[in-house]
Amino acid sequence: MSSPSLDARPSAARDAGADGPILSVRPTRRVAARATARRAALTGWILLLPALAAYIGFVIWPLIQGVQYSFYDWNGIGLAEWVGVQNYVTVFTDPVLLGSILNAFILIVFFTVIPVTVGLVLATLIRSIRAGVFSSAAQTILFLPQIIPLAAAGIAWSWMYSQTGTINQILGWIGLEGITRSWLADYATALPAVGLIGSWVLTGLCTVLLLTGIGKIDTALYEAIRLDGAGWWREFFTITVPGLRQEIVVLVTLTVIAALSSFDIIYTSTQGGPGRSTLVPGISIFRIGFTQSDVGLASAFGIVLMVLVLAVVLPIQRLSKAND
Amino acid sequence: MATSPRRPHRRAVRFAVAATAAAGVFAMSGCAPGAAAPTATQNTDVSTELTSEDVTLTIADETGFPVTDELTAEFTRQHPNVTFDVTRDTFANLTANAPKLLASNDPPDLIRLPTIGDTVRDGLLANLDPYYDAYGWDAWPDSQLAPLRMSEDGVRGSGSLYQLGLGYSITGIFMNEAIAAELGIDEAPQTIAELEEDLATAKDAGVVPIVAGDKDGVVNFVVQAAMNQYADKDEFLSWMFNEPDATYDTPGNVEGAELIEKWAKAGYFEADINAVDYFTFVTRFSEGGGLFAFNGNWEAANYQSALGDDVSFFLVPPAEQGGDHVAMGAANSFSVAAGSDNMDEIVYFLNWIHTDETARQIVVDVTGASPGGDPSLEQPTVEAGSLIEQALAMAAQIGEENGQVDFMANTTAGIYSGSIIPESQLLVTGEITGQEFVERVQAFYESEIGG
Repeated sequence: MSSPSLDARPSAARDAGADGPILSVRPTRRVAARATARRAALTGWILLLPALAAYIGFVIWPLIQGVQYSFYDWNGIGLAEWVGVQNYVTVFTDPVLLGSILNAFILIVFFTVIPVTVGLVLATLIRSIRAGVFSSAAQTILFLPQIIPLAAAGIAWSWMYSQTGTINQILGWIGLEGITRSWLADYATALPAVGLIGSWVLTGLCTVLLLTGIGKIDTALYEAIRLDGAGWWREFFTITVPGLRQEIVVLVTLTVIAALSSFDIIYTSTQGGPGRSTLVPGISIFRIGFTQSDVGLASAFGIVLMVLVLAVVLPIQRLSKAND
Repeated sequence: MATSPRRPHRRAVRFAVAATAAAGVFAMSGCAPGAAAPTATQNTDVSTELTSEDVTLTIADETGFPVTDELTAEFTRQHPNVTFDVTRDTFANLTANAPKLLASNDPPDLIRLPTIGDTVRDGLLANLDPYYDAYGWDAWPDSQLAPLRMSEDGVRGSGSLYQLGLGYSITGIFMNEAIAAELGIDEAPQTIAELEEDLATAKDAGVVPIVAGDKDGVVNFVVQAAMNQYADKDEFLSWMFNEPDATYDTPGNVEGAELIEKWAKAGYFEADINAVDYFTFVTRFSEGGGLFAFNGNWEAANYQSALGDDVSFFLVPPAEQGGDHVAMGAANSFSVAAGSDNMDEIVYFLNWIHTDETARQIVVDVTGASPGGDPSLEQPTVEAGSLIEQALAMAAQIGEENGQVDFMANTTAGIYSGSIIPESQLLVTGEITGQEFVERVQAFYESEIGG
């Protein structure tokens, strides 16, 4: 930026200097054009206003309030007391809260890695079968979990995971009585078990989105690589995956956010237990803010969670643009 | 070329810096959120006469608590000018929203409020002392009302009266008599040692000794029942009432928690205990799923209809033969909003519940709980030999022995979900020791009370 290029000139200089002579030659047309431009800009702002007001009122303003609350010790009703960064210190030193953040990161495996990988394979398989009843039925069935509310999925799965639930029945039929257990009550299996509920819900979304992405890839590419004698794997990694980079980035972004800010599945299935083996920031923030009425600490944890989500998601966005 | 993609980035950074700065200035400008509590206006001009004008009273109650429906219907039958609007939400939601409901411009006249918490300090609850004098509630047992009082320092157990109960509960042990007979157990255990013998007998015979669940914390009826028999009752209560320097980490509490640790390691609880919620727990015992269940009078009618005569209800035995009994019991506590427009009427209703013959009968029939109030009033009639009769007898015995303690879950607003449930899940599966359990709950208590 040390050597100013032409288009980076300060607009004031441009108006005062270069525009002067032109203005004196064709003043009316220039003024009219400016007025039109100004009117267009004004119309733009007016059109933007409702959305902007909603965004400021329901996103920006609460965010600023959240930042403000995070510096206070406040029960949500009475007089608040200024405590500086004490709430942030608590977030970063309380092993319970740190443990819940770690659990959220482990959930990324189940909310992101599994659904996107499985979705890629399924989308490729569905593409390879002829369009017809079977293909659309497969798409519909895979997408079904997506229309079920996460809270309901959590309840239904907690029945299936119970001692006498479907999972253990199936394991019994195939001779695996030895490993049956109450999956959500076991410290080692509870987190993977709730994670798999997320995988089940999100795989359908991933498959359908990736399938539309595949549809946009030029079929000539597939023909070409097949003429070159490539097999399924070669085709998958050379054509399909690179062609789906944008879709994959969108899905990774969405699912990582779902993992880090997960709440409903866990609230309805384990409520963070057994012990704190499935505790995630969403549950902690809810409890601290609404049950313990410690709005300050809950806000601080919420802000930290937001920063964490951004810190993970922004580099992913950068990744998608890097090779464009 | 290099400048164009960097421009929006720089703009974003500038915006972020500006937003942060604005938020920071805003945060530090000293306009703290919240409002100071309104100065308490002691309503000394109270009336014990019911208005003759038409009035609608609003009640915010928890779901699954049908007694308010029956009581309000009966009250309207007796006093047609008074009608009620009862709204319900789940216990957890109502508890979380209560302070905001009370602080709203149009608060409910009466609200189910398990823990007083900060509501008194924030001036949200009506002080019932003037009514206490006007209605003559001094004839009611002190021990019944003590947990409903709070001092100016925010300590429960003494000070002004802020709550009354719609029924006063009592807890104990339900025993499946059919299973007991098969095991050769012919009477209720008289000491903890005898109880342990029965547990071992059941375990050896392949019967579940204690039906319990801890997905939502209900096993703490067992945990606290054990602690009650070893702890100094007043010391334990002082902690539940948040007296300064009170501690949970007492030798008695540790001994009780270690007993639970021992039972967990002996396999007296089922392996899936941490996935069992309250509903499943009740269903399992109702279907003959085990020998004992630690629960309260509120399930007496349910268990009776499921198991008929094959179920008995008795107090948790003391550690030593002939010792006094200690049991958890509490009012199904309701508070009047400080902002209620119909304070005289709603308190008239509360007094009526404690004194009217039909109302007291409804409380017993629907909840199985003691109706409370003046002990000299005639007690409601109950079926001879029923569990509810046993429950009322237990409540009377605990009253005589002065052995009632509050539920430790009511100690602070956040301690149950934030600490007692997760730590007890670890305790009843043998993951932590009794000593660790007590220390961890105390640490959470200090952070919540201090913070």
